[in-house]
Amino acid sequence: MKFLPLLALLLAAQAQAKTEISFWHAMSGDLEKSLNELVAQYNKSQDKVEVKPVFKGNYTETLNAAIAAYRGNKHPHLVQVFEVGTQTMMSSDAIIPVQDLVTQSGVKINWGDFVAPVLSYYKSKEGKLMSMPFNSSSPILYFNKDWMKKAGIKAPPKTWQDLYKYADQAVKAGAPCGLVVGWQPWVLVENFSAIHNIPFASLDNGYGGAAAELKFNTPEVVKNLETLQSMTKNKSFVYEGRRSDPSQISFSAGHCAFYMDSSGNISTLKAANKFPWGAAPLPYNQGTKPKNSIIGGATLWVFKGHSAEENKGVADFIRFLGQVPAQEQWHKATGYLPITKTAYKKLKQDGYYKQNPEQEVAIVQLTRSEPVANSRGIRLGGFTQVREIMDEEMEKIWAGKSNAQEAMNTAVERGNRVLRQFAKSIQ
Amino acid sequence: MIKRAHFRNPVLPYLLIFPQILVTVVFFFWPAGAALMQAFLISDAFGQKSRFVWFENFATVFSVPEYKVIFLRTLWFSLLVTLLSMGAGLLLAVLANRAFKLRKFFSTMIIWPYAVAPAIAGILWMFLFHPSYGAIGRHLHEAFDWNPTLNATHAMVLVVVASSWKQISYNFVFFLGALQSVPRSLIEAACIDGAGPARRFFVITLPLLSPTLFFLLVMNFVYAFFETFGVIHSTTEGGPGGATSTLVYKVYSDGFVGLDLGGSAAQSVVLMVITIALTFVQFRYAEKRVHYSGGR
Repeated sequence: MKFLPLLALLLAAQAQAKTEISFWHAMSGDLEKSLNELVAQYNKSQDKVEVKPVFKGNYTETLNAAIAAYRGNKHPHLVQVFEVGTQTMMSSDAIIPVQDLVTQSGVKINWGDFVAPVLSYYKSKEGKLMSMPFNSSSPILYFNKDWMKKAGIKAPPKTWQDLYKYADQAVKAGAPCGLVVGWQPWVLVENFSAIHNIPFASLDNGYGGAAAELKFNTPEVVKNLETLQSMTKNKSFVYEGRRSDPSQISFSAGHCAFYMDSSGNISTLKAANKFPWGAAPLPYNQGTKPKNSIIGGATLWVFKGHSAEENKGVADFIRFLGQVPAQEQWHKATGYLPITKTAYKKLKQDGYYKQNPEQEVAIVQLTRSEPVANSRGIRLGGFTQVREIMDEEMEKIWAGKSNAQEAMNTAVERGNRVLRQFAKSIQ
Repeated sequence: MIKRAHFRNPVLPYLLIFPQILVTVVFFFWPAGAALMQAFLISDAFGQKSRFVWFENFATVFSVPEYKVIFLRTLWFSLLVTLLSMGAGLLLAVLANRAFKLRKFFSTMIIWPYAVAPAIAGILWMFLFHPSYGAIGRHLHEAFDWNPTLNATHAMVLVVVASSWKQISYNFVFFLGALQSVPRSLIEAACIDGAGPARRFFVITLPLLSPTLFFLLVMNFVYAFFETFGVIHSTTEGGPGGATSTLVYKVYSDGFVGLDLGGSAAQSVVLMVITIALTFVQFRYAEKRVHYSGGR
């Protein structure tokens, strides 16, 4: 017993010799388990740096915790922030751009190997990468093969016009719900606009500066929402609630024939596994040439105010995350995308996508065209709240309280107030 | 006649109340002061830059057309929650106050919901009443087209009932205590004079309950104004289409989702003023009708 304190002292000394990196994240459940495994592997792979992951609640809560910590000067080295918080982090003056950090630390990362739409979402106006892409996803179309068979549908729809028709056919064949959509602002407005190469906001969707104004009340978006509104009558379109869960539950229960949501839901659907299903790219309007979809998910931001030694450790951890084994493991376990071309190539060569075709849909959709100004991404301050406003106004459409044009006009007007307030706050 | 306690030591009483004062200052006055200060600033989320802007945040708040709608809705919501939870609490207390076998058991069961955190309560209600996967909501959906995810009235009913349910226990405890302190002799005398149960309740019990009634009225209003946030957030998130968004929900949404700290602080100051005014009105006018037994 006597040597126990000595042992503790020794262990402490050893722990001190390693540089400790705190990493706040928002991954819960199975995702947290996968993340912890990844971090443990990194910690074992070398003896200089010890990364400590800490779960801080959902994305909004994690961001708030990081902000509060920064104000109290107790901030972590790394924090995971979802894509809509990008502008807030960028203009915070509290972070070191990842690209600078890596260069300063002398760590080598081949950014050219990263998938373009993922990288472009997080680059500054000057083309500098601001944060490290970690978990990236894109919305895709899931379909229930049983309902398709009953309705006599041979292949998943390529265009919205086909989808309207198929959803109606499925309902006529007895499905309680034709189409359901998770994260509706992201799928039906943001990605819809990107895919059809129409602007979501002025100044290149906000990439050109904080003076950007929302513009998503376009005829194309409105027309699609109008059609969906008319489809609510016979339940060929059904609204279940905000974000992912309610729609996902409805699809997993076998109620709905078609379902649009994040590719990050693949692992959940696989676990539910009650009926045969498949995945296809999001539909586009007949006669248009679809652009790449935009991504969702989160990136890792590096806070200012730590020693050069610690920053070097952070850079090394970031290097590890971009390497093929880490990418492969994370992609297989979670359904989030591999973000380097090399990792994608390797998975393809290994025949992984032959057995898991649904895992490839989002990658193909994201890389089917070079990103243009309208499909590069969206960069707006207070964007979380803009999404909330879009949700509210879209609910008014589904409830029949407002027509699509009116609702989108109101959403634009209310959202612009949020953008102006944000612009004032960073002056 | 109340005898004045007399302390020889002039410092001791202050020492004794010090912990309470400390708690009040740290957890109530300090944050309230900080909110007041923040309401006059526009600052970024990280607190790197802030500017003093006088009343600009207040002007912005009142220029938003939804604000008036939300204000009226909050009043309406608070009134409903107060009436429902106090009514149900009183009814249950009157029933539990009668002599019967499982009285203790029932009283304990009724107090339980108070121990449930608001967010958990909200999630429970959502899981019960969601139109497609709720255990009860599914059947209601089939029978009456119940749909709180899209129907504003249904959503309002859901949050009012869920918020009231949470507060019934609290009211029940106070009402039961008050009922038990109604002197038996008065009731018996009324019985002998031939007064029926209803008359006994309205003429004797209710007036004697009035201090409790008044106290609970204030507490329930404050509860409905501030503490229902958790329930609303986890059942409807202020939806559909903002139909169940109340003032305190907007404070949260602007402050923690929109990260507009100045605007959010200005709204909490408005909320603070409203609550102080309401409490003042209640004390000024309602208290006159309250009958306090004992020395006065």
